[in-house]
Amino acid sequence: MLKVNDINVYYGAIHAIKGVSFEVNDGEIVTLIGANGAGKSTILNTVSGLLRSKTGSIEFLDKPLGTVPAHKIVERGIAHVPEGRRVFLQMTVEENLEMGAYTRPNAGVAAHLERVYEQFPRLKERRRQIAGTLSGGEQQMLAMGRGLMSDPKLLMLDEPSMGLAPILVEQIFEIIASLHKAGTTILLVEQNARMALSVADRAYVLETGKIAISGTGKELAASDEIRKAYLGG
Amino acid sequence: MKNLKKATKVDFATYLGVTVSFVIMYILQTGGHLSSSIAGQLVPICCFIVMAVSLNLVVGISGELSLGHAGFMSVGAFGGIIAAQSLAGAVPFAPLRLTIAIVVGALCAVIIGFVVGVPVLRLRGDYLAIVTLAFGQIIKDLINCLLVGYDSHGLHIMFNISGLKSINDLHLEETGKAIIKGAQGAVGITKISSFPAGFILVMLALVIVLNLIRSRSGRAIMAIRDNRIAAESVGLNITKYKLMAFVLSAAMAGAAGALYGLNYGSLVASRFDFNTSILVLVYVVLGGLGNIWGSIIATVVLYMLPEALRQFSNYRMLVYAIVLILVMLATNNDQLKALLRRIIPTRKEADAQ
Ligand SMILES: Nc1ncnc2c1ncn2[C@@H]1O[C@H](COP(=O)(O)OP(=O)(O)OP(=O)(O)O)[C@@H](O)[C@H]1O
Ligand SMILES: [Mg+2]
Repeated sequence: MLKVNDINVYYGAIHAIKGVSFEVNDGEIVTLIGANGAGKSTILNTVSGLLRSKTGSIEFLDKPLGTVPAHKIVERGIAHVPEGRRVFLQMTVEENLEMGAYTRPNAGVAAHLERVYEQFPRLKERRRQIAGTLSGGEQQMLAMGRGLMSDPKLLMLDEPSMGLAPILVEQIFEIIASLHKAGTTILLVEQNARMALSVADRAYVLETGKIAISGTGKELAASDEIRKAYLGG
Repeated sequence: MKNLKKATKVDFATYLGVTVSFVIMYILQTGGHLSSSIAGQLVPICCFIVMAVSLNLVVGISGELSLGHAGFMSVGAFGGIIAAQSLAGAVPFAPLRLTIAIVVGALCAVIIGFVVGVPVLRLRGDYLAIVTLAFGQIIKDLINCLLVGYDSHGLHIMFNISGLKSINDLHLEETGKAIIKGAQGAVGITKISSFPAGFILVMLALVIVLNLIRSRSGRAIMAIRDNRIAAESVGLNITKYKLMAFVLSAAMAGAAGALYGLNYGSLVASRFDFNTSILVLVYVVLGGLGNIWGSIIATVVLYMLPEALRQFSNYRMLVYAIVLILVMLATNNDQLKALLRRIIPTRKEADAQ
């Protein structure tokens, strides 16, 4: 579904992504794990057109994305839920979700809203609440729900568990697993390697802009190297 | 949407308030009950209301700081004056000529709005403030170089960059007339602006801005202000929406400028300097960012104030400062808002019903 081939991304003189290639197949959860500053967010931003690669190619559903402007990426079927719970703080929950469907024709949005509410019952209870007054976990759910409102073929989540209490992390991963079961293809970026590997079909480990290791979620969770470096022994 | 009820009520109250005030002032004016100083301020106040409402679109709704709004007013004023003065023979009916001049003024400002906005609004960060600040300055200097005259051969325009040329270098025919004489500004303007025209322009600006805010595009513009990264992630074309707000605002400023320029016999470009831009910004900030009726009230109060404070002579600036604070408290005060909310049902209450 998504094929990233040999991308190199620079911030001025900083070479942030060094020849990264990976792919995400239909129906999979693929996770990119790595330490702070490894380049995970940079990769997602490149796929969603906010940054450009100097080399290589990015293909989605067999069509190149290289020159597609950022605001057209959503229409192609990719939803990017950025790092740090970016919600429209001054809008209500429901208005936030409706913004997620901005690029879609109005017909069908209402039905889709109901589906998102089924996946996130907490959001339904708070549909009239101003997003700025939601808790961190609820804001993360809202950002994810908003991503789903565009009815994406591929959902890219950037550190959905960041800064959340363990119980909320579990909830978020349960939701990710249930979205997967419902057929959504997911590219998950995480620092919480343990949780990410537990839900992922396949995983790539990123170290300072390069892919160091890749394999199935189970393989990596069992590997000594990964256990030492990312799972705390 | 759900908040439509409340929004339309506030909008309706705004239209009504403006209309009632106009009718009262118009009756007083035609009956000759207004002092000449107040009567003389009716048109400029309308112009500055349009200025404040349009600047609020950029600063309050779109969340970009613009420090050169008077520059667009200037472009509109001189564009409108050139149009009206050269059409004096062809279109003798003054209201029609005024309309044409306002449209020309708005179009001139739109063109300049694109020139300023397209390169700047593609960038992230607060570059607009810097660029508009420079723009306001540059436009004044450019107009100071402008020599424009009109005769039976049509318009004659010359840029007096060297500073050595004068209006005589246009070689106008005997019957021709000078329209803009460089640093002396526009001269011999036939005053065709009127209070009703000002009222219509204010209403037009309100219809445009209020409808935009409630529209799909308006929600996109406010979403970008609220959280740019989130807005990008839902597929909004950031540059397009920022440019839409900016150019529309420039157009309205240009229209206001044309009306303003045609209200005087002569006009110099320095009338639209940095101070004027800041003055309008003060109206917008004190009226409340994004609050359209607040902009109107702040403009009227603060525009009339220096005049009304004449009697305080030495204490004038002191009283002015106090009134500034009071206006700010009134338009941004939670208690006052709560009071208004009791009069106008809020979103939550409206939903509960
Ligand atoms: N706007 C920027 N300008 C310059 N350098 C940047 C910029 N954004 C990121 N970088 C650098 O690029 C590298 C990769 O950053 P990136 O944000 O992709 O890391 P990350 O893996 O997402 O980290 P984290 O887990 O902390 O979110 C880092 O060294 C970072 O300092
Ligand atoms: Mg990151």
